[in-house]
Amino acid sequence: MNEIDYITPKNLEEVFRAVEKKKRKIKFIAGCTNVIPYMRGEAISPELLIDLSSLENLNYIREENGIIAIGALTTISKLTASEIIRNQSPILFSAASLLGNPLTRNRATIGGNLADASPAADMAPPLLALEAFVHTKRGEGEGREISLDKFFLGPNKTVLAEDEIITHITFSKPKDSARGIYIKLGFRNSMAISVVSIALMIEMEGKVCQKARVALGAVSPTPIRVYRLEKNLEGKEIDQEIIQECSVILKEEISPISDIRASAEYRKLATSVLFKRAIQEVLKGEKT
Amino acid sequence: MMKRKIVNFKVNGESREVLVESNALLVNVLREELGLTGTKYSCGTGQCGSCTVLVNGKPALSCLMLAVAVDGADIVTIEGLAKPDGSLDPVQEAFLDHSAIQCGFCTPGMVIMGRDLLNKNSNPSESEIQEHIKGTLCRCTGYTSIVRAIKSCGK
Ligand SMILES: Cc1cc2nc3c(=O)[nH]c(=O)nc-3n(C[C@H](O)[C@H](O)[C@H](O)COP(=O)(O)OP(=O)(O)OC[C@H]3O[C@@H](n4cnc5c(N)ncnc54)[C@H](O)[C@@H]3O)c2cc1C
Ligand code: FES
Ligand code: FES
Repeated sequence: MNEIDYITPKNLEEVFRAVEKKKRKIKFIAGCTNVIPYMRGEAISPELLIDLSSLENLNYIREENGIIAIGALTTISKLTASEIIRNQSPILFSAASLLGNPLTRNRATIGGNLADASPAADMAPPLLALEAFVHTKRGEGEGREISLDKFFLGPNKTVLAEDEIITHITFSKPKDSARGIYIKLGFRNSMAISVVSIALMIEMEGKVCQKARVALGAVSPTPIRVYRLEKNLEGKEIDQEIIQECSVILKEEISPISDIRASAEYRKLATSVLFKRAIQEVLKGEKT
Repeated sequence: MMKRKIVNFKVNGESREVLVESNALLVNVLREELGLTGTKYSCGTGQCGSCTVLVNGKPALSCLMLAVAVDGADIVTIEGLAKPDGSLDPVQEAFLDHSAIQCGFCTPGMVIMGRDLLNKNSNPSESEIQEHIKGTLCRCTGYTSIVRAIKSCGK
């Protein structure tokens, strides 16, 4: 292993000063639940670890004027303990409760989950369905505000520059009439990297679907929104026929891989079953 | 040569100062530098929970933490759970009473998770206990008695 240095900046100015000064291969770290296994497997070999976990002002959950803002350093445990998240964005709440296990959740951060860009990242589908934005900072310049559906480029690849930090994530509080669900299919619940996961949010007016948001994990190179499916639900009364149509669309829109967890064919089938289950649950009216 | 750093932290109530390499894992420093071998090292990738310690009161996997990152932290290992007079924590007593130990490799992690749950929830149900020890594997598969032992501490 090459030489590694480690620093813990106390604020963003210190972070960017360190980035500028050192001409070394840098790696930001937060909860380290991904980074340490990667380093051990020599998938990455950074020369300078910049620990973001002392940046206290990036660790918060706030609601202001109908916007919910979550600091990038917020742990998954903190999300599961938050009344704001539980009440205002139940799909994010249930995804947080299903991420790994209590030990992982205590360290894993929401920013690390998105920046890692695993196709199966549990925070991604609910945040895609909530139409979240990722806010970033890089050096002295203005930050960027990136729509989450433009954020992922491929497995472990995002639009972030190597020295760009996620500062926080925002989304509008869903309407009171919105209903949603997050379902994760994994093997062996204890560790459960998803085989397929789905986040679904719909707004109904009477029998008619006004707005639909559908996002999937683990069935494409990145977590995705399924726009064609959303369009096929909006403005319609959702009956068995529509649901059947949608499950066909789903199979066309995804490109799962075969890996040690499941075959591509299985993932396609499971996705459509999961979608049917999700929409039926949501139509039953439970506000999950 | 790996860069070295001096790290100050508290372990089981005692202040310690250790010189560690930048990439040293907390589990190795606890076991090898400080001789606290109650904390076990097994998978090294966050999958098994045998390396669990309390960091600032919260259970964490010491195989997924850099030792340099715990500067200033308060750490409790299984050795620190008993009282200074040597009397055991009620969860430890319950593990003995319920024979919830076979080879003992998972026990430190299980006991710490049991303690953590009981601190937050004084009378957890069986399913709450199962959910809380989800990340802690017992390769001897003695889960029934482990859950029973933790449950017996509820009131
Ligand atoms: C046993 C186990 C079970 C797991 N189960 C799940 C699961 O069920 N679902 C799931 O989704 N994940 C799971 N994971 C993966 C992991 O825990 C999560 O992805 C976690 O949220 C990563 O966050 P972290 O803070 O630990 O990231 P780190 O490991 O610290 O960092 C991950 C990546 O993000 C970058 N990064 C971190 N913070 C920022 C920031 N603010 N700005 C820019 N870049 C940043 C780092 O440079 C690195 O590339 C599991 C991991 C383990 C060990
Ligand atoms: S050794 Fe740390 S989780 Fe297995
Ligand atoms: S008692 Fe042997 S691993 Fe649990």
